Amino acid sequence: MTDKVDEKLKQTFLNQTQKIIISTGKFVADFQSLLKTIKQSDQYEYYQHLFKSTQVASFDEHKYEIDYLKKGQSAWEKRIVKSLNTMCSEVNLPLARQRNENEMRSVRRHWNELGHICGDLNRFRPVYSAKDFLDVICVLMNPNLKIDESIWNCGLIKIPLVTKSFIEIKNLYSDLRPNLIQYCSDETFNEVKEEENIKLALQILEKKSNLNAAREYAKRGCPTSLRGKLWSSMLDVDLSNWHVTYFNYLKQNVIDYDLLVDSLYFKDVKLTAVNDDQLFVFEDYLYQVLLLFSRDTYVQSCFTSSASGCQPARSFIKKKIGAEECAVIYPPSGIIPFYGFSMLVAPMCFVFEDPVHLYFIFRQFYMKYFFDLHHISASPNAIVGLCVLFESLLRQISPDLWFHLQDIQVQPLRMAFKWMMRAFSGYLASNQLLALWDRILAYDSLEILSLLAVAIFVLRKGNVLTVTSESAVEAIFSDISSIKVIPLLQFILGH
Amino acid sequence: MARVRCCTDLDKTVLTQNFDKRSWCSVSPDEDWNFYWASVVTVRSIFNPSNDHPRLTDNQVINHFPNHYELTRKDLMVKNIKRYRRELEKDGNLLCEKDDTGVHKYLDFIPVTYMMPADYNLFADDFRRDPNHTWIMKPAARAQGKGIFLINKMSQIKKWSRDGKSIPAAAPTRETFVISKYIDNPLLIGGKKFDLRLYVLVTSFKPLKCYLYRLGFGRFCTVKYISSSNDIDNMFVHLTNVSYQKQSEDYNSIHGGKWSIDNLRLYLEGTRGKKLTDRLFDEMCWIIVHSLRAASAVITSDRHCFECYGYDIIIDDNLKPWLIEVNASPSLTSTTANDRIMKFKLINDVLNIVVPNGDIPDIRNKFANSAPEVLGNFDVLYDEEQACCELNDKDYREQKARGGIVPLISKTGMALNKAKQSSAWR
Repeated sequence: MTDKVDEKLKQTFLNQTQKIIISTGKFVADFQSLLKTIKQSDQYEYYQHLFKSTQVASFDEHKYEIDYLKKGQSAWEKRIVKSLNTMCSEVNLPLARQRNENEMRSVRRHWNELGHICGDLNRFRPVYSAKDFLDVICVLMNPNLKIDESIWNCGLIKIPLVTKSFIEIKNLYSDLRPNLIQYCSDETFNEVKEEENIKLALQILEKKSNLNAAREYAKRGCPTSLRGKLWSSMLDVDLSNWHVTYFNYLKQNVIDYDLLVDSLYFKDVKLTAVNDDQLFVFEDYLYQVLLLFSRDTYVQSCFTSSASGCQPARSFIKKKIGAEECAVIYPPSGIIPFYGFSMLVAPMCFVFEDPVHLYFIFRQFYMKYFFDLHHISASPNAIVGLCVLFESLLRQISPDLWFHLQDIQVQPLRMAFKWMMRAFSGYLASNQLLALWDRILAYDSLEILSLLAVAIFVLRKGNVLTVTSESAVEAIFSDISSIKVIPLLQFILGH
Repeated sequence: MARVRCCTDLDKTVLTQNFDKRSWCSVSPDEDWNFYWASVVTVRSIFNPSNDHPRLTDNQVINHFPNHYELTRKDLMVKNIKRYRRELEKDGNLLCEKDDTGVHKYLDFIPVTYMMPADYNLFADDFRRDPNHTWIMKPAARAQGKGIFLINKMSQIKKWSRDGKSIPAAAPTRETFVISKYIDNPLLIGGKKFDLRLYVLVTSFKPLKCYLYRLGFGRFCTVKYISSSNDIDNMFVHLTNVSYQKQSEDYNSIHGGKWSIDNLRLYLEGTRGKKLTDRLFDEMCWIIVHSLRAASAVITSDRHCFECYGYDIIIDDNLKPWLIEVNASPSLTSTTANDRIMKFKLINDVLNIVVPNGDIPDIRNKFANSAPEVLGNFDVLYDEEQACCELNDKDYREQKARGGIVPLISKTGMALNKAKQSSAWR
């Protein structure tokens, strides 16, 4: 992706510069005079914009911009902001306030056990859950498409997005074919090969700018002991002093200000990760990461670069509702957490011990991938596309299962949606989940989530075909913790 | 085929469910039984020579060795391990190699420990040498964290001994305590202290044959660990015993503070690297083997007996494991749903090994090697009969691929250098 962007950026830059030089008619002898020419020209601002925007955004950023989806996201965004504001007045607390001296001291003292400063959480409830979000997606409809309900009995999503066919998915994930060895999983344990594989990873990591090599390597799985380095490489996080400074700046922000969303994060961790038998030990890391995250304005650029072209909704300073100059993005990151948000961070604690490293890996992972899991857009990598892909793959791979489910009026997406929205975090064994996330990074795509969800349905098809009620189907999929991700993906790709 | 007649004097569903699964018939302890899962008290009376209990027949199997306390009482375990070390030293065994500071390279795996009040003077000398260290006092024969306290001043131990003497009527024979150097640099995960509970099945001490269970777990404290001397009275920080932590208001009843050993391994490998993690898990296996070998010299290896021990191990921040104690009757009470499943499997796998095929046991065939499939989640940890012969590469690979471990201890102790033939946990 970055490579493509760089290439395009270079091309645009060259073209533009050529134009300027031709238009000035002057002879440009060296780089200095070239710079001067550019600075003097009226195109200078354009250049600035060009370089700034390409840091995070690709050139096709608005390729998937579809008006009714944009409107849908915008309405949804407004709804959750409103719901947050309602909660704010219900609990009678400000959205943000400065802490007093005592409180600041307390936060500083409890930095490594922030759970102690969370206050009374009983009055808080998650702003929205996976189910709420799915309900919103289900009612989205293309205004130009007339749906004949009697024919359209296929699935929940009524948005005609084009997604990959099973053949295309097979091509994309060809490295997961059943006849190719996958590393670092119990099922293919071969000591000699594993050792060679680790050596190879070390060679790749020695070289600089190894994004593609790292991705190519990770397609066959990351060794547990090198996962941190490979992920850093694939996410382009190269820890430096700058990161520490930025981390401390955000930390100071947490010490200085109390945000209402903090309580939502606290509540979320207590409702999810704290009760998870694999993740509970990381409780205090989660508070640190999430509180910093909510204050990080850099995260807003997700919206700018998102395919929907939709901006985060704004809140207003007290008693100035409607005054444009008093509109702020709240929380500073622009992200209002849903139920289970903290589960997107928690598994990373198995890989990164240093809070600074953990934070930047999470931020990058979130901005590149997870953001799209709760943001409506037409990108094939965003949640709507993943839902469509799930339904279409299931139909293609196992039509009998699909029609059985339609027959008994059970929508499989109702079960699979929560898995996909959390990228399966909290549903699988940790080592399996990390192997899955390896592949998200390696293939630079979230489509594997749909594929895995389909594979789980196909795996338990035998049981599903024998039942006829929604609750019975739900029971079959209530516990998927025994799933072995990689063999299952290989199995489905062998179809 | 006749059904196995089983009985137990413990009211544990994980036991009865396993008996039912095999359609064994329950009988009372007074009747003729084939399999008895008994409390330690019962076993003591069965093997008591002054008792007129009939001798056990060839078709009877019971779940404790007569004098298991040589391993499971804190004071005796320490005594036996010290003796084991001395004997190896006398033989000039390479296992006794020491590093530059005079500490055993391989055999230094229990914290410095003294009996109280017997070793009081030795302890006092040691305490004076390093007066800033915290020590932990434990009653030698009690479990579940009862009666444990920390001390960091000589006056506290004096007070303890005074209190004991002041009420001679209440304690006619003064309860033995052990005092150990407190591991004050435990490995913390998420800022919290934990210890490991590993299950080890011994089917024979002479020759030693033992199995290690894969589904061990870490038990986490509910409160952040602070190594300050002011906080030595808050035992929630220090004691990981579930029965103790349950009283804390932060106790979570969904997972009970238990973290599977697979997750521990995943975390350590991810954050500390594979080499250190492998070494740690190897060392833990060795600790178990050494402690069992130490006890095997004195334990009556009655052929009717097997025993499932609960090993408690603490890891310090240098990733060095320390053996804290061995329990003869690890809790079979389930605190959470996962716990119940794990303990059911544990008993299931134990029964599969000690009562092969669910047939009426015959102790004359006890040492018949069981096929790898029946081991379930157990791996052979050490088999003295086979330890002398080296595995060929193919067998070794197979064993390793199964996640099994084969630590070989030859007479010269050279095996320790054989890094490749060490453990591979899953």
